[in-house]
Amino acid sequence: MLAYIIRRIGQSILVLFVVGLVAFSMFRFVGDPVDNMLGQERTQADVERLREQLGLDQPFVVQYYKFLEQAVQGNFGLSYRQGRPVAEILLERAPATLELAFVSGLLALAGGIGLGIYTAIRRRGISANAIMTLSLVGVSLPTFLIGILLIYLFSVELGWLPSFGRGEVVDLGWWTTGFLTVSGLKALILPAITLGLYQMTLIMRLVRTEMLEVLRMDYIRFARARGIREKSVNFRHALKNTLVPVITITGLQLGSIIAFAIITETVFQWPGVGLLFINAIQFVDIPVMAAYLMLISVMFVGINLIVDMLYFAIDPRLRVDRTAGGH
Amino acid sequence: MSTPVLSVRDLVVEIPTRHGILRPVDHVSYDIHAGEILGVVGESGAGKSMTGNAVIGLLDPPARITVGQILLSGEPVHALKGEKLRRLRGKRMAMIFQDPLTSLNPLLTVGEQLEETILEHMNVSQAEARRRAVAQLEEVGIPAAEARIGSYPHEFSGGMRQRVVIALALCAEPELVIADEPTTALDVSVQAQIIALLKRLCRERGVAVMLVTHDMGVIAEAADRVAVMYAGRLAELGPVREVLTRAHHPYTAGLMASTPLASQGRKRLVQIPGAMPRLGNLPQGCAFHPRCDRAQDVCRRDPGPTLDAYRGRAACWFPLNTEEKAAT
Amino acid sequence: MPLSDRQSDATTIADSARVAGPSRARRMWDSDFGYAFRRAPVAMISFAVVILLVLAALLAPWIAPHDPFNPATLNLMNGFTPPMQANAFTGDFFLLGTDDQGRDVFSTILYGMRISLFVGFAAVFLGLVIGVTLGLLAGYVGGWAETIIMRVADVQLTFPAILVAMLIFGIAKGVTPPEYRDQMAIWVLILAIGLSDWVQFARVVRGATLVEKNREYVQAARLIGRTPFAIMLRHILPNVLNPVLVIATISLALAIIAEATLSFLGVGAPPTKPSLGTLIRIGQEFMFSGEWWILFFPALTLLALALSINLLGDWLRDALNPKLR
Repeated sequence: MLAYIIRRIGQSILVLFVVGLVAFSMFRFVGDPVDNMLGQERTQADVERLREQLGLDQPFVVQYYKFLEQAVQGNFGLSYRQGRPVAEILLERAPATLELAFVSGLLALAGGIGLGIYTAIRRRGISANAIMTLSLVGVSLPTFLIGILLIYLFSVELGWLPSFGRGEVVDLGWWTTGFLTVSGLKALILPAITLGLYQMTLIMRLVRTEMLEVLRMDYIRFARARGIREKSVNFRHALKNTLVPVITITGLQLGSIIAFAIITETVFQWPGVGLLFINAIQFVDIPVMAAYLMLISVMFVGINLIVDMLYFAIDPRLRVDRTAGGH
Repeated sequence: MSTPVLSVRDLVVEIPTRHGILRPVDHVSYDIHAGEILGVVGESGAGKSMTGNAVIGLLDPPARITVGQILLSGEPVHALKGEKLRRLRGKRMAMIFQDPLTSLNPLLTVGEQLEETILEHMNVSQAEARRRAVAQLEEVGIPAAEARIGSYPHEFSGGMRQRVVIALALCAEPELVIADEPTTALDVSVQAQIIALLKRLCRERGVAVMLVTHDMGVIAEAADRVAVMYAGRLAELGPVREVLTRAHHPYTAGLMASTPLASQGRKRLVQIPGAMPRLGNLPQGCAFHPRCDRAQDVCRRDPGPTLDAYRGRAACWFPLNTEEKAAT
Repeated sequence: MPLSDRQSDATTIADSARVAGPSRARRMWDSDFGYAFRRAPVAMISFAVVILLVLAALLAPWIAPHDPFNPATLNLMNGFTPPMQANAFTGDFFLLGTDDQGRDVFSTILYGMRISLFVGFAAVFLGLVIGVTLGLLAGYVGGWAETIIMRVADVQLTFPAILVAMLIFGIAKGVTPPEYRDQMAIWVLILAIGLSDWVQFARVVRGATLVEKNREYVQAARLIGRTPFAIMLRHILPNVLNPVLVIATISLALAIIAEATLSFLGVGAPPTKPSLGTLIRIGQEFMFSGEWWILFFPALTLLALALSINLLGDWLRDALNPKLR
């Protein structure tokens, strides 16, 4: 088991190296950083000096190493557009995205698992079928359309909730939170639903499929044949066996909430890292793009690692050492 | 005669499909008494498992019972649904499935599964349930039961797993056990042990056992009486010695001739020509007539006498080996 | 005795089996697949909607009442005409109204759908070709090729496709000279979306190839000296067509949504060549001022397109998967 975990950590680090290489290549080859940093009025001497300063005259591998060294310390250079350190901008924006992702993730998990179980157990029921049809509409509705629809309904027509921004936020020094003010919480509702709904539908459909698969298994029939009550069959026997595949995908889904936040943040002009990233793409602000890529990779890889650890907690078959299997 | 533990009367199971209604169980009747093992034998698709599922109320929709009765110690149970049926399962009738690997929940320990079943049906404390679980494991021959009760199913070997399955089926002390191919998925060396275990538990506890199998060897070894099924119908029903040595139905005779049995010495094995027809495509008359060398006109027109639990032994117009019987 | 019952059963079976039409289409219609199709009104309706929308997009130049991208025919006076009404100044009539520049919304939708569908189909085709090729290669050749291909697939799968697509779009934008960016945008979109969804195809094809590779008939083909290329093409590929078809259908819906999303975010089709996503982006600005139709109709079209393809894909997956029947 320990060997497995070590191997997974090794693989994770490898992934980060590859992503780092992509990020670095963006720096190095997409546009000319010197061009980007110096204005129209420049001398050849300026160019040479900056080249040396940036280390662009050194071999590729050395440059990559230096890039990684800097990246590990959170140093991604200056934003081409804003002229400020990228790390500073990211840190400033991160709380908005993380709070949004947290609330949406909770919504997606609770709603998705609950509805998934319900629709699997009441497979032939009318309400379950209605939910399934609706969920397909949910999957086909692009996130941004859900956002627009909600804005139209609750902001334009009803005027209940704000259509953009974070509302009032409280500055805690290292973190800004919208959880503590009424306007902050109101501003959170629509973006959180927008972001969570799509993931919720996916999780729901997945839980349903897995649950139906498990409900067909012999041990479920056997449990029924022993007169175990339906509630226990569904929740003790079936749900637990559903969890392993569900956790895999759910973990990935929670990761993609951070990525899909880009869309929600654009629709609601939510001042998070996603909005920052999309602006960076529009203006080809490479340092911001690269830093965002690295940040999100670390998160994804972290989530994947946690998911792997969770397997061991749930499935006893994985806990056995393969050499001592003794069958 | 005492009331049989299980009485199946004129049972019909139907499955509506696109191609019309299929009838995997077609007017079947038999009894099983306490302490008796009834072997139900036939090819796959003959309706033997479907009969078992119908008895315990686990038919997968759209299959359903359309005609007939199932009586458990005289009480009709075929119409029970929901909570009433659930209370019966495990407590008064239990089922053992073919594959012990897939019958046990991989994520719950053996003890958890046993205790859960005991607590479901018996009014005992958690500690008492655990004590009974250990005793039950010991009874089915799991060594060091006390220590192994916390183990997960994958930590047992195939034969041990089937013992656990049997313990689970018997732990709430049911009157009737339906064993659906309990040895098919096991190694040959383990099969005999499991059969011996079933036989012992049946005798000691007076449980009625319905042993569903396609293996004539298992029938010869374990059953008291045998029911031979063919294409959803009962072909022959009788004491196992008589049926095996002097089959009345030509299908049973063919089945015996094609099965290697140690007791019969080294006879040449003979195949029955052709194959059992599919349910959607049954011939008119006796379903066996296209493969039967004794078939005559009447066999092609009329399916023949239906067996019931008391009268007759073979559903055949021209049964074999009846000369002496007729004389008495 | 259920004798009469059984007889009638037998005759209905015989009857239903005897209806075999002469034509190929007729036989398809009568097959199990066709039967499942006829029994699924949702699938039939979705199929009809998809056909209708694709035809409308293909025939846009002929059925669009206006050419929305020809400045000569545009009249700014026609701006913001509501649907089903004549314009107050010019008296011109527009079925679904006009946008701020007086462009006919119905016509822009037809042309926009053309771009959405073109990008969608092309991206899926690109993803399919790459995915199937690499999947076959990984499965059949194995060794180093397999390790590298599947590792790359794993890493890419760690990230949501839309993010990968955005990144590719961003990089491509960075390397294209600014004056060509609008022109190249459509091709960059296809590249970005296509490269972001090859993984699904590769995984499925590789899995199936691993299974088929060891079948007797493939061994036999190898023994009689068929080249690996011929074996992959003639023997293995036909066996993976069903899952590939299902994935392609679902990918198409995803690709159309991805394109719309990117365009909506302003990193896709440019306003000079708007797709449905671009139209929605434009329309969103007028939502607050009451000109709802500029947003509503493109959004509805996108939803109808994505939903009907999704429904079709969903049904196709169930129909082609015998395990679930």
